[in-house]
Amino acid sequence: MSKNKNSMNRNTPSLQTAAEAGRDKKKQIEERISGEYKHGWVTDIEEERILPGLNEDVIRLISKKKNEPDWMLEWRLQAYRHWLTMKEPRWAAIEYSKIDYQTITYYSAPKRENQPKSLDEVDPELLRTYQRLGIPLQEQKLLAGVATDMVFDSVSVATTFQKELEEMGIIFCSFNEAIRNHPDLIKKYIGSVVPYNDNFFAALNSAVFSDGSFCYIPEGVQCPVDLSTYFRINAMNIGQFERTLIIAEKGSYVSYLEGCSAPIRDENQLHAAVVELIALEDAEIKYSTIQNWYPGDKYGLGGIYNFVTKRGWCKGRNSKLSWTQVETGSSITWKYPSCILEGENSIGEFYSVAVATNYQQADTGTKMIHIGKNTRSKIISKGISARHGRNTYRGLVKILESARNAKNYSRCDSLMIGDNCSANTFPTIDVRNTTATTEHEAYTGKVGEEQLFYLMSRGISEEEAISLIVTGFCADIIRKLPLEFSVEAVRLIETMMVLPESVG
Amino acid sequence: MTEKREPLFRFEDVYVAVEDKEIVKGVNLIINTGEKHAIMGPNGSGKSSLAHALMGHPNYSITKGKIFIRGEDITNLKPNERAQKGLFLGMQYPIAIPGVTVVNFLRTAIKSLPNGEERLKTFRKDLKLHCKALGIDESFATRYVNDGFSGGEKKRLEILQFALLKPSIALLDETDSGLDIDALQIVSNGINQLCGKDNAILMITHYQRILNYVKPDFVHVFIGGKFVRTGGPELAFELEKRGYEWLEKETGISAGVNE
Repeated sequence: MSKNKNSMNRNTPSLQTAAEAGRDKKKQIEERISGEYKHGWVTDIEEERILPGLNEDVIRLISKKKNEPDWMLEWRLQAYRHWLTMKEPRWAAIEYSKIDYQTITYYSAPKRENQPKSLDEVDPELLRTYQRLGIPLQEQKLLAGVATDMVFDSVSVATTFQKELEEMGIIFCSFNEAIRNHPDLIKKYIGSVVPYNDNFFAALNSAVFSDGSFCYIPEGVQCPVDLSTYFRINAMNIGQFERTLIIAEKGSYVSYLEGCSAPIRDENQLHAAVVELIALEDAEIKYSTIQNWYPGDKYGLGGIYNFVTKRGWCKGRNSKLSWTQVETGSSITWKYPSCILEGENSIGEFYSVAVATNYQQADTGTKMIHIGKNTRSKIISKGISARHGRNTYRGLVKILESARNAKNYSRCDSLMIGDNCSANTFPTIDVRNTTATTEHEAYTGKVGEEQLFYLMSRGISEEEAISLIVTGFCADIIRKLPLEFSVEAVRLIETMMVLPESVG
Repeated sequence: MTEKREPLFRFEDVYVAVEDKEIVKGVNLIINTGEKHAIMGPNGSGKSSLAHALMGHPNYSITKGKIFIRGEDITNLKPNERAQKGLFLGMQYPIAIPGVTVVNFLRTAIKSLPNGEERLKTFRKDLKLHCKALGIDESFATRYVNDGFSGGEKKRLEILQFALLKPSIALLDETDSGLDIDALQIVSNGINQLCGKDNAILMITHYQRILNYVKPDFVHVFIGGKFVRTGGPELAFELEKRGYEWLEKETGISAGVNE
């Protein structure tokens, strides 16, 4: 391990610029041909974990490890007791073997005596892990203009940029810190958008969540950098249950980036997160995700089970929420980032690219709940299926009686590569008043022979032609991402587009 | 006509089938550098099928015969490999690739050709130059390939690719269809400028119209999946005047084949 340290450092760029990405072309092609998961290494680091299994004692232990106040523990226990009465949902178009919740470890943390005060105190091995992930740190971070809250397994390791943000009154810290330092905000907002009894996986998360990110933007403040969190699952047999809570006060703005990856394991690992967003009057939150959890191997072995509840609340007038997601990882994705449009004139947006290849299954979409007058929502979903992948869009547009003049536009496109994959679309539109307008468009197609021939007749190889067609198919969504993220997204999608069946 | 060197492009006794139906029934042609050839034939004679087969379209299978570029057999190569050997097909119905910008597409194509990286160095300059020559607005480069293009714009993009990819043998399938007279003139001028002593073109056309602007050295009449006559440019004029029927009668071959 130590022998590699130097070369590892040199070869670990930050999130790349477009130019750098071009230089990596050769590497890309190699990756495309092998089609292998890039982030599949394990960090050799001492960790502290508790025994597998779930009961009230485990929850008390987690809470104690975190030095949590009693009210937090009570909330967890309430959630746990409710969870015991719930059934795992099985309505999604996904198939997976039964999850035994008693074999999962609910807490794991890099072992250390004291919490680090700065990056210098963070275990160098851990920092290298993040460098390998391509996360910008320190100077790189300044250049990239990204502040990162790193969540490694269950503990938030270090938060950078905090000082600068503090001066503006912005709070960006781990969830645990927020519980200790900003209890009033947590008490007020935790579970306000996703109640602990909302669904099976949200209840589980509420009981055992280990850490996550908290972000508070005060009135009138425009957050000057993209706030970013990188999640990574490292330990074996652990579930990662993080929570994110973002509050944008009146007239404020924040763009938040979330990236995820996990090492290669033969076992399936559970990830059940909860994200809550609250936008008050005239506030705007942009939430971008690149989800690249380990998708399992080409035979469908291993991979992350990703059951996530993400919901935003446009509470104030003229508020705006926008979800942009690029879902390329996980063996199973069950995720419906949604917007509750309560404030008058509020806007909800959902832009999504979901790729399912090999034996991946993605059941994802959104819910737009229109409550306030003149609320608007826009849904653009692009699903790509290849090999044996199964991709499902599931969406609900609900316009209540109170939502006079509400408007929705939905577009759900599916692209299939090869003959063994599938694409499903389940849009539901429920309109309760006559002044509302909804518009729905959908397209399902296969990567066309004529398109391939056209590109290939210009000298472009089949793999590269497929990559072009696929990235073109989701170009409109990728353009919604901040630059560094869009470069990474294109690279990820290209990496996944190895030769289809025709090669064998 | 030339020394004993291998001709630039040659195909021998080529048969083409589409879904088991024989469309092209044994054709031969030799094209040397610096030459302009035209294949003329009525609708449904199999001209386009021949062009697609020469470029390697998977649905047009060559059931017999061989194709050579500079003596090298390319009959079993993939379309991209043929392109890398210097073959190009300007298509009659260019297809849209939504989300892929013209500039990104052109760069990717050039990069995949021999000396691609080297050639990319002058890409910006070349693009600007040829856009101007073809009367293409520069904003064209940021549009998606053929997506929402008019017929004329599609054909200009085909010729722009001919200009930038610099193939040694360009097959131009019905380049004049969909062009009004002004556009036809611009596109024809473009083609004339691109023809030199190191490359050659093979135009495929139903009408003689484009041949007024791009003068062929040889005209081959293609009816019923076969070449029935070869001549100079005067043959094109004769066909324009008299139609294809007299040749069908004379040769006893009818054009009743599906394109």
